[in-house]
Amino acid sequence: MLSNYETVFILTPVLSDTQMKEAVQKFKKLILDNSGEIVHEEDWGLRKLAYPIQKKSTGFYFLFEFKCEGTFIQKLEIEFKRDERIIRFLTMKMDKYAIEYSEKKRNKAKEEQTKLEDK
Amino acid sequence: MANNTDVEIRYLTPVAVDVKKKKYCRFKKSGIKYIDYKDPIFLKKFLNEQGKILPRRLTGTSLKFQRKVAIAVKRARHLALLPYVTDMMK
Repeated sequence: MLSNYETVFILTPVLSDTQMKEAVQKFKKLILDNSGEIVHEEDWGLRKLAYPIQKKSTGFYFLFEFKCEGTFIQKLEIEFKRDERIIRFLTMKMDKYAIEYSEKKRNKAKEEQTKLEDK
Repeated sequence: MANNTDVEIRYLTPVAVDVKKKKYCRFKKSGIKYIDYKDPIFLKKFLNEQGKILPRRLTGTSLKFQRKVAIAVKRARHLALLPYVTDMMK
């Protein structure tokens, strides 16, 4: 049974641009290798944290929305814990309302982009 | 006698009449079904200045959505989108 999951993780701000991309690529590959399917990904960029984590006040936020087997989540979270570049992560199973909401949000963003391009 | 009913009663100081504004659940009213934990600006409406979750009796949120608000706020805190403790947030 495939279900939809959403994961947000924060990378340390000490990474360079290429190091950051490499880390993201690693987790993307991990999902794809475990017969997962990425529905959506989002880069929020460098953001200020509401409180310091590991004495860092900023972090790179990333969001993945993907479909996979439930057993894979455990593997993913272990991988998150092992990776020292990741300072915080949260994985959530999406219910039907969450899926609906994120789809709507994506469509809205798409529409706005096409509008901007038209102008 | 008929005149009496027309006379307006005046008080020296206006009588404080509580006109209670009816509270309502904003999620039920506007048909929101999912509360996004990734939107800290929206979630701030349910927090006080110290970043604590406001009770239902103040916000008027229904029980069903109050639970969802609480979960969303806690998720946002974990991801450092909202602070656990703070002062003068507003």
